[in-house]
Amino acid sequence: MRYAMAIDTKKCVGCGDCVVACQTENNVPHGYCRDWIVENVAGTYPNVEIELRSERCNHCDNSPCVRCCPTGASHIVEGGIVMVTADKCIGCGACIQSCPYDARYSHPDGYVDKCTFCKHRVDNGQLPACVEVCPTKCLYFGDLDDPNSDVSKALQHRKWKVLAPEAGTKPQLYFLT
Amino acid sequence: MKEELFVSGRDIPNIDPYLNIWHWQIPLYLYLGGLAAGILFFAGYFTIMRKEKDMEATVKWAPFLVPFALVLGLFALFLDLKHKLYFWQLYTTVRFTSPMSWGAWTLMLITPISFIWVATYMKELFPKWDWKFEFLNKAEAYAIKNRKGLAWIMMMLAVILGVYTGILLSAFNARPLWNTSILGPLFLVSGLSTGLAASMWMSKSKYERKVLSRLDLIMIGVELFLIIHLFMGFLSASEVQIEAAALFLGGEFTVVFWVFVIILGLVFPAVLETLELRGFHIPVWIPALLILIGGLVFRFVMVEAGQITRFLY
Repeated sequence: MRYAMAIDTKKCVGCGDCVVACQTENNVPHGYCRDWIVENVAGTYPNVEIELRSERCNHCDNSPCVRCCPTGASHIVEGGIVMVTADKCIGCGACIQSCPYDARYSHPDGYVDKCTFCKHRVDNGQLPACVEVCPTKCLYFGDLDDPNSDVSKALQHRKWKVLAPEAGTKPQLYFLT
Repeated sequence: MKEELFVSGRDIPNIDPYLNIWHWQIPLYLYLGGLAAGILFFAGYFTIMRKEKDMEATVKWAPFLVPFALVLGLFALFLDLKHKLYFWQLYTTVRFTSPMSWGAWTLMLITPISFIWVATYMKELFPKWDWKFEFLNKAEAYAIKNRKGLAWIMMMLAVILGVYTGILLSAFNARPLWNTSILGPLFLVSGLSTGLAASMWMSKSKYERKVLSRLDLIMIGVELFLIIHLFMGFLSASEVQIEAAALFLGGEFTVVFWVFVIILGLVFPAVLETLELRGFHIPVWIPALLILIGGLVFRFVMVEAGQITRFLY
């Protein structure tokens, strides 16, 4: 099993619903977020192209955060989801330094926090909160090993890219372009 | 004109607009770790070479700084932790892929060893010193008898400690300025050089200072060589590393790096040491202090600048 997410950059309108849904679902402290929108504007008016991306932890296959964690608080669970055990985390910040996507932050309570692909929902057969609420249905989540999952089907007929592949982390967020 | 503009909706404290999660504690700790490694390495070396008599300050007196440096460094590290009450989790596991785990365990070994080393010279520094308990006297006698073995262990641990202060940074491939394997040897050599400077400052013997000066000149030479290689490597690497090098070649860290680290911290003290060896009288504290400050500034600059560099996407 390999959970992954595909983000359709052509359908995303950058409304930020995924951000708010995540903050509500996961009780993310005020001023912090586990997912966020990036707007990439390329070209000069009037020939401008905009790419909108809903970004979050890439739940990398070769995750540097897990590698550098001195206590084993950062770990990978079934399905490839990268998780942090709060009461094993000492808050040293090594994983924050190691992430090319800056997807982790120091929670005001001291431990390091990040996107969990809403594991608590996925375990119950639900979709992650961000995917559930997206008004344009531009987020696809599922098991890459299952050819009939939403994410596998989304990747079948579209061109896609991952972010900073040169970082060697084998990220699992696929951006449909 | 071809433009590309990124706007991120994210604004998390200490993460955006650029990473600033490590403050003064980490560079101070890396510095003190390197200094301790340098002092202990040469204390061990000259003990093994049976030069305790000629190199008194290096073998006996400078190591008295080490327990203080290590405890202060560990305290700085503790201050850096954001989930402080869980720090003991470091010592519940050994993680070979994590430099921080290596460092935590190395310090766990080298700190008590530095205490033991100092304890064996306690009576020479304070002739009236008394350990009060019989078993402590026995332990002291045992440690003194096995000083050479202790010296070997100390030297090896000092190398691991010195290299680790660099690898701690170089293992992060997300920060292009740090992600170069030269950082391990570079930090080790810089640590050895600061250690020599401290011993040199404490030494009263002309012969000893001369030996230390010569060694230090070699260290400075190697350090400059490694720094040149660092930049050669960056400038022929990918875009993110070219940009990392640019921070020092015209960018915001240019002045502090070239003036305080290279000129005042390496080149100038090397000139002074050369003049001293040629017979000119130069107060020893001047090159020693310059090297010690240069090493500290170097670590601050590297930690600060490294956090700014990142992958572009």
